[in-house]
Amino acid sequence: MKTGKILLDHGSGGKVSHSMIREMMLPVFYNSILAELNDGAVINIGNQRLAFSTDSYVVDPVFFPGGNIGALAINGTVNDLAMSGAVPLFLSAGLIIEEGFLISDLNVIVCQMGLSAKNAGVKIVTGDTKVVPRNAADKIFINTSGIGRIPEGIEISGNRAKPGDSIILSGTIADHGIAILASRAEMKFNSSVTSDTAALNFMVQRMLEVERDIHVLRDPTRGGLGTTLNEIAGQSGVGIRIHEDRIPVNPQVASLCELLGLDPIYVANEGKLIAVVPGDSADSLLSVIRKDELGKNASIIGEVIDGPPGRVIMQTRIGGVRIVDMLTGGQLPRIC
Amino acid sequence: MIQSKKLCDHERRIVGIKFIEEYRDSGLAGSLVKRIASITKRSVRIMEVCGTHTVSIFRNGLRSVLPQEISLVSGPGCPVCVTDQSEIDAFVAISGLEKIIVATFGDLLRVPGTNSSLQNERANGCDIRIVYSPMDALGIAAQNPAKKIVFLGVGFETTAPAIAASIIAAREMGLKNFMVYSAHKTLPPALEALVSAPDVLIDGFILPGHVSVIIGSNAYGFLETRYKMPSVISGFEPADILHAIFLLISQIESGIPKLENAYLRAVTQEGNPRARQIMNTVFETVDAHWRGIGSIPGSGLKIRENYDWADARLRLDFKIRESLPQKGCACGEILKGMKTPIECLLYKKPCTPVNPVGPCMVSSEGTCAAYYRYNQDVIER
Repeated sequence: MKTGKILLDHGSGGKVSHSMIREMMLPVFYNSILAELNDGAVINIGNQRLAFSTDSYVVDPVFFPGGNIGALAINGTVNDLAMSGAVPLFLSAGLIIEEGFLISDLNVIVCQMGLSAKNAGVKIVTGDTKVVPRNAADKIFINTSGIGRIPEGIEISGNRAKPGDSIILSGTIADHGIAILASRAEMKFNSSVTSDTAALNFMVQRMLEVERDIHVLRDPTRGGLGTTLNEIAGQSGVGIRIHEDRIPVNPQVASLCELLGLDPIYVANEGKLIAVVPGDSADSLLSVIRKDELGKNASIIGEVIDGPPGRVIMQTRIGGVRIVDMLTGGQLPRIC
Repeated sequence: MIQSKKLCDHERRIVGIKFIEEYRDSGLAGSLVKRIASITKRSVRIMEVCGTHTVSIFRNGLRSVLPQEISLVSGPGCPVCVTDQSEIDAFVAISGLEKIIVATFGDLLRVPGTNSSLQNERANGCDIRIVYSPMDALGIAAQNPAKKIVFLGVGFETTAPAIAASIIAAREMGLKNFMVYSAHKTLPPALEALVSAPDVLIDGFILPGHVSVIIGSNAYGFLETRYKMPSVISGFEPADILHAIFLLISQIESGIPKLENAYLRAVTQEGNPRARQIMNTVFETVDAHWRGIGSIPGSGLKIRENYDWADARLRLDFKIRESLPQKGCACGEILKGMKTPIECLLYKKPCTPVNPVGPCMVSSEGTCAAYYRYNQDVIER
C-alpha cells in the first residue's frame, strides 16, 4: 500500500530507509565513493586519505538522561569518522532552531557541543544558524559534518569481513534508545537508564595500535546491532553468527524492552562499536577495549562464516537457532 | 482441572523460581528438550494460541530444538491479526474526521485496510498518536478540550479491563471528549469455534498466559470436559513453553487429555475477578467478526448502554464501504492452523512487513511476520 508520501519508516534506518537510499539517491548521486555506503566516505586528496561524514540530529526530547542533542551531534559524527579508522579533526555545525526556543536551553546545548568537541579532540571550524517559524521545526535540529585523516596502511570498510573473523561488541546494547523512550513525556515511569552517547575515536586509535588490520568498524546507531550486522553481512557477502548469551544488555534496559515489546538488538546505541577483526587478534583487541572505561563490558559476540551470504544467524541461549533480519521500519510497541 | 500437583524435577525447579533469567537457562531448557524427545512417539500438531508465544518460539529458536514429530502452529491470539478489515477501515475513516485525535497502540499503525492504513493517514496529516496505555489517551483528552479523542480498543481480555477503567475514569474526570471504538474480542469462544470446526486438526493447545491471568484457568474447563482437548496454560519464557509442550506430549501419549496450568506463578483458577468486574461493568458480549475466521457468537465486547456516551461507534458519523478480503491471502487458514505462512501464495511476494497484504504480516506477533523475521524458511532443522 503505497501513499507516495514519506512515512516515519523511511527514517528508521531499516529496510525502508535502505531501499529509498539505494533506489532514489544512489543512482542520482552515483560515484564509486558513495557506492561503498560506509558510515563515512573515504576520499583521496593528493597523498592524503581523508574520511568525510555528515549526520543530522533531531532527537526528541532534546535533553535526556545521559546527555543532550549537542553531545549526540558531536559524538555521532566523530564516531562516523572513527569507524573508518580516521583521526577526527574538524567539524562543521548547522543549527536549525524553532522560534520560541529558550535561549538558556540553546546555551546549554552549545556549551555541551564545545565540551564534547574538546573531549574528542576535534575543532568546530565552521557553522551556520537558521531560525524557522514556530512549528516549522521541532525545537532544534543540528547537522554536523566532519573531516578526519586516515593513517597510512589502514583499510577499514564494511565489505572486508571474512570467514574466520571475530566480531567484538564494545559494550551493552540499547541504552540510548531506551533512555530516550523512557524520558519521553508520555512515558509515566522513572528509570535510571542513561544514554551511552560517547566519542569512540580514542578507543579506535588504541585498537589500531594493537592491530592495524581491523577489517570492519561500525557504530550500531539507528536500527541497532541487528541492522548493522545485516549491513556488514550484505556488504561483505558473508554470513554472520552471533551468540545471544554473549551480547551484553543492562538488566534494566532488558526489562524495559520486555515491557515495551521491543527487541534490544534493534534499539539504537550512541557510544558502542562493532569490530570485525582477524580471529587471532580478537583476544588482544578485546583486552584493549576492556581497558577503556567505554568498553569495560566488551564481548566477542560471534564470528563471520561462509554463509548463507548476507544472513545473520543467532544461536539462542537455549541452544536454538534463529535468523536476525534487518529491521523493516520503526519497531512498534505491541498491544499485549 | 489439574494444577500440576505431581511435579517432576523440572517443574519443581520452575515453580520454585521467580525470575526471568532462570527460565532462559540453557541447562533447564536443554533437559526439557531431552525429556520431550524421549517421550515423543508420533506426529503431533500443537497450536500456540497467543501471539506472544509465537514470538517467543521464534525468538528463542524453539522449533530448531524440538523433535521433527512436533509441529507448532500459530492460532488466533494476535489481536491485531484478527481485527476485521472493516474495523480497520472504520479506524481510517474516523482518523479523517474533523477535530479528531486518534489514540492507538502501535501495532495497529501499519495494518492495511481496504484502501489505506493509519500510518498512511498520519502522513496525510491526520492526528494519530501512539500511546502505551489508554490512560495516556485520557491525558490527551484533557489537554485538547476542543477535540474528540478516540481510543482504538483492540485486544483481548488482557487490554479490555484497562480500557474499561479508562472509560470509567473519563466519566469521573468529566472528560466528555473521550471515547473508545471497541473492537475487543474474547478468547474462549474463539477456542471453542476452533475445536468444534471439522477442518481444524489440532492435537493440543498451548493456552495464553496473559489472558489467563485475567480470566483464570477455570474459563477453559470446556476444553477438557466437552472436547477432551489436551490443553496447557503456559508462560512466555522458553522453559515455560518447553514445559507446556512436555506436559502436552505426556497427555497425548498417555491418551488422557486434560487442562493443566503450567503458569502457576501468574495464573490462578479464578483469575482476576476485579479486572473482570470492571470489564463487565463497561462492556457486554456481542457476536464478533474475526478476520479470516468469520463470525463467532459471543466473542466480542460492546460498550454498554450506560456508557454509550463513550462509544465512538454511536457518537461519530463515518461511513465505510463493504470490504472484500484480499484475494489469495491465507491469513484465515493460518489463524486456524490449517496452513503455515510458507504455504500462502502471497508470502514474501508481495506480502512482506514493508508492504503487508494481510494482518498476520503486520503485527510483530503475527504468524507471518514472525516467520518472516525469525525463520524465513532458511533455517534447516
